[in-house]
Amino acid sequence: MPIEFESPKPIVQTQFVLKTVAEEMMRPKSRYFDEHEHEIPWDYMEFMHTASKALGAGSLTPKNEGGNGHEGAEQKEKRPPIGYQVLASQIEMLSWGDAGMYLITPGGGLGAAAVQAAGTPEQRAKFLARFAGEKPTVAAMCMTEAGAGSDTSAIRARAVLDEKTNEWVINGEKIFVTSGDKAFTNYEKLGKGFIVVWASIDPSAGRAGMRAFVVESGTPGVQVSKLEHKLGIRVSDTASISLVDARVPFENILGSPTVEKSTTGFKGAMATFDATRPLVAASGIGVARAALEFLKEKLAENGVQIRYGLPRQKLTSIERDVIDMEIMLKSAWLMTIKAVWMADNKKPNALESSMSKVKAGDVGTKITQKVVEILGPLGYSREFLAEKWFRDAKITDIYEGTGQINRLVVARQILGYSGSELR
Amino acid sequence: MKGPTMYSFDPTEEQQMLIDAMKKYAINDLRVAAHEAEESLVLPKKLVGKGWELGLLQASIPGRYGGFGERSAITGALAVEELAFGDLAGTLAVMTPSLFATPILLAGSEEQKEEYLPKVIENEWSPYTSALIEYTFDFDPTDLRTTVKLQNNEYVLNGEKAFVPFAKDAKSILVYANLEGRTQAFIVQKDSAGLTISAEREKLMSLNALPLYRVTLNSVKVPAANRLGGASGHDFAPVLASMRVATAAAAVGVANAAFEYSKNYAKEREAFGVKIAQKQAIAFMLAEMRTEIEASRLLTWEAAWKLDQGKEDAFTEAYLASTGAADMAMMVTDRAVQILGGHGYIREHPVEMWMRNGRGFAMFTGLAIV
Repeated sequence: MPIEFESPKPIVQTQFVLKTVAEEMMRPKSRYFDEHEHEIPWDYMEFMHTASKALGAGSLTPKNEGGNGHEGAEQKEKRPPIGYQVLASQIEMLSWGDAGMYLITPGGGLGAAAVQAAGTPEQRAKFLARFAGEKPTVAAMCMTEAGAGSDTSAIRARAVLDEKTNEWVINGEKIFVTSGDKAFTNYEKLGKGFIVVWASIDPSAGRAGMRAFVVESGTPGVQVSKLEHKLGIRVSDTASISLVDARVPFENILGSPTVEKSTTGFKGAMATFDATRPLVAASGIGVARAALEFLKEKLAENGVQIRYGLPRQKLTSIERDVIDMEIMLKSAWLMTIKAVWMADNKKPNALESSMSKVKAGDVGTKITQKVVEILGPLGYSREFLAEKWFRDAKITDIYEGTGQINRLVVARQILGYSGSELR
Repeated sequence: MKGPTMYSFDPTEEQQMLIDAMKKYAINDLRVAAHEAEESLVLPKKLVGKGWELGLLQASIPGRYGGFGERSAITGALAVEELAFGDLAGTLAVMTPSLFATPILLAGSEEQKEEYLPKVIENEWSPYTSALIEYTFDFDPTDLRTTVKLQNNEYVLNGEKAFVPFAKDAKSILVYANLEGRTQAFIVQKDSAGLTISAEREKLMSLNALPLYRVTLNSVKVPAANRLGGASGHDFAPVLASMRVATAAAAVGVANAAFEYSKNYAKEREAFGVKIAQKQAIAFMLAEMRTEIEASRLLTWEAAWKLDQGKEDAFTEAYLASTGAADMAMMVTDRAVQILGGHGYIREHPVEMWMRNGRGFAMFTGLAIV
């Protein structure tokens, strides 16, 4: 296939639909939920659940097995898969609406992504079907611990097999679980969710002993112990979850139940992140685009034109800033699309995936910071959303691998170094 | 030529063959000759001739004008990046005839195409060139100081042009001038009265090997038929955008050369018992260089693709791509020198030359076109 930059029709269609959702259901509520942390926008969640069901999509996970999910069977073979490209485009648009609300879109999020990436076909069938059920349903990923952030090999949580009952007994303290509360707590308006908990089945094996376990909502011994108060994306709950002798069925382990000398278990987790990093990038780009468009609107209202095409020496400082921001935003998006295009086409994309996250993390924070600066008091005031976007965008450079961790991944890729060669 | 509605980042097989040929020439010929050329101010004729034979320009001109293909900005951008990875001065020399031919192909009248295109491409490399840049700090290609007026069915040009490649040996020069606020190009013969080429070559911070001249136009008279596009002229915007895409692609190529060189150096050089690439301070610089190169490359590709597709925002995108690439190239080449430390400052290593190239992309628009 030649080099092409024409958005596929399903992407154009989904962006058109989601723009309306963003404008009608997200933006008008953005401020309210920012100021009422931990309240849940049921209208949005129920609407998105109904809408995605109507579209034949059960969750925000790629549908590469069946074309793009919108076409008849006879067309399946002709088109290259675009599931991740559609997903990235959806996330960009929803985050343009509200990055926090995007995170609580029902459909499984990172928890489902882990099952998708590391689960067997049986596990996928068992755990993923629920997202097409009657009520909106949420899943979450529990990896981070107080002493284990980007260094996930330092995870302390333990899973021990009770051979009498054939159950895993899990103990541990997880923090920073995105949507952990909605995934685990039995809210009346939500379907039964689950959390995916990372724990070691053999601490002496280091990373090779790391496994993920599906823990169903309501499992005894598991408790949402804290809800964080955050800088931004406040409508998305960030939970601490404690597990005390929590028992889960043997078959809920993702990956092999025995430890070989390899680190495949850990690589399962990392495979999830290769797939999701460009999606985080897409979210950051959505926020940045919201901020930049708002700035341009305000500038236009005030009669400030951006004179594209002039040499740098003739531009005003604001014009230079806006032009630089457009360059950053466009190129970050292209890097993101390339990374997910590679995922769709089964090309190894660890490098492109991490580069897109490095770039989008930078771009998201720089653009939103600059927009608040240029708008002055209008930017700093809570009357408008620019200051909120500034706070929301920062998470892009932190979660699912900080900008620094992703630089490390990029550096190892380009230098051909292992983790021990470049620490 | 409307393509399928999809994203794709794979060059076609044909493009890949071209890329491979360019890469081979860039590494085995241009790069090898670069240092000596830069120091001695001489680009071997054989070297330029060999690059010309690869047929980048010839393949962008249809058979009826003596070529063997169709112009594609994206193909051009891919090729230029590869060439510039070898050496920028050599790349610009090889591509100098394009400065004359490509605007004629893009915006010329049928008569102009028939008259000039075969002449340029059917022979060996010969110095057909163009003159756009002017010697002012706020040079703006859309607001030129060189003027042109229509008098008695002739155009009269006045002004001064800078950085004109191979002007001394050129047969014809495409001169850009300000016609009532519009930038218009005119085919000017070298022997026209009032046209003076500087005796001395321009001395710049880099591109020492590329012969560049100052060209003065003192009431130079040009037949009306020599206005690019004929009596009603042409739209300069697509020509300018094609220049910008070429400049951006060249910036990506030079930056990539500096990145690869400094990366390899960092994997060899030891300090405190480890390779310096094993230090995060160096590794992170390299990671950011690679990331920014990718960012510029993709934006350049998209701009080129939009030009080929005739998208309405193609010209703006080309401007953004070249503006971004100029910043990127400065950042990347500067860091390459930094990674080599003291050795980077020594002219035996090419990174200092690439750093001097790197600053130039902010003012090189007009020295290359695809």
